Amino acid sequence: MEGIADDDLDPLSIAERWMDDGRMVAIATVVDTWGSAPRPAGSHLVVDENGNFHGSVSGGCVEGAVIGEAMEVIGTGEPRMLDFGVVDETAWRVGLSCGGRIRVYVERLG
Amino acid sequence: MDPHLLRKLNRERRARRAVLHLTELEGGRDRVIREGDPVAGALGEAVAAAFRSGKSGVAEVEGRSFFLNIHLPPPKIVIIGAVHISQTLAGMAESTGFAVTIVDPRSAFATAERFSGVDLVAEWPEDVLKLRPLDSYTALVAVTHDPKIDDHPLAEALRAGCFYVGALGSRKTHARRVERLTALGIDAADIARISAPIGLDIGAANPPEIAVAILADIIRSLRRRPLREDAP
Repeated sequence: MEGIADDDLDPLSIAERWMDDGRMVAIATVVDTWGSAPRPAGSHLVVDENGNFHGSVSGGCVEGAVIGEAMEVIGTGEPRMLDFGVVDETAWRVGLSCGGRIRVYVERLG
Repeated sequence: MDPHLLRKLNRERRARRAVLHLTELEGGRDRVIREGDPVAGALGEAVAAAFRSGKSGVAEVEGRSFFLNIHLPPPKIVIIGAVHISQTLAGMAESTGFAVTIVDPRSAFATAERFSGVDLVAEWPEDVLKLRPLDSYTALVAVTHDPKIDDHPLAEALRAGCFYVGALGSRKTHARRVERLTALGIDAADIARISAPIGLDIGAANPPEIAVAILADIIRSLRRRPLREDAP
């Protein structure tokens, strides 16, 4: 796949390329959605140990939080389930402004 | 996720084969399942449902929670014939998520004015399909009415296991087509897969309505298709 820009690849292809480059990678996956969640189940965000990322799990609302958790998962190797919604007053910070709710599974590659 | 599984998953996706990544959410054990791979019990039923619907999601099986991430190749429709039906069909098919290619060697039909924004190839299907082979996630629609143009791609579509193969023409026209395809060595069971007269029987009265009947037929074939059990 030499010569193909990252932007032309989907997150799972990016993850494979980063892995081949010797980077540590975490894969975040939307596994459940309720209400008006912007990205369907199965959507991916991939993150490396330096916080570079590709793809999305929401319309941009919770990516920052997911990237932080993903970097910790790269460190520990323990998968995590993250739950995002607009159920409490901190929602403005890491919630979905659309009013939906999503569950995101984060695991390390390898 | 196991690095080998990621490689396998990406390899299958690049080859336009349907594949499912199964993760047990407690503990994170995962595996890659190809269409037709045997999976027993209630989990097998959930896997089969995901291959049919193309929808990913969580399945609870015997107190265990699994995430099924299904990757179906984007479905395509190859239309043989740049005719009036194809003008309506191309637009509707793209709206419903199909990538469309129209092939017609008759350059008087295959003009950019009549098909703006559509992937249109004014060459013989024999030549086009060599470079862009059909597969099981492609529907083939033959609507030129001309055996010289339609027969070869119909035979190729049956050989490639296209999920839908449809051919325009009356029962009488189709009976002659069956004779020609039989002479080409195609099995009767394969020939019987051709939707002819083409499309769902909704009493379509003009080319745009025939296009609606064809697209509905294609969607039904995609969502109700039998799953492959001989995946390589």
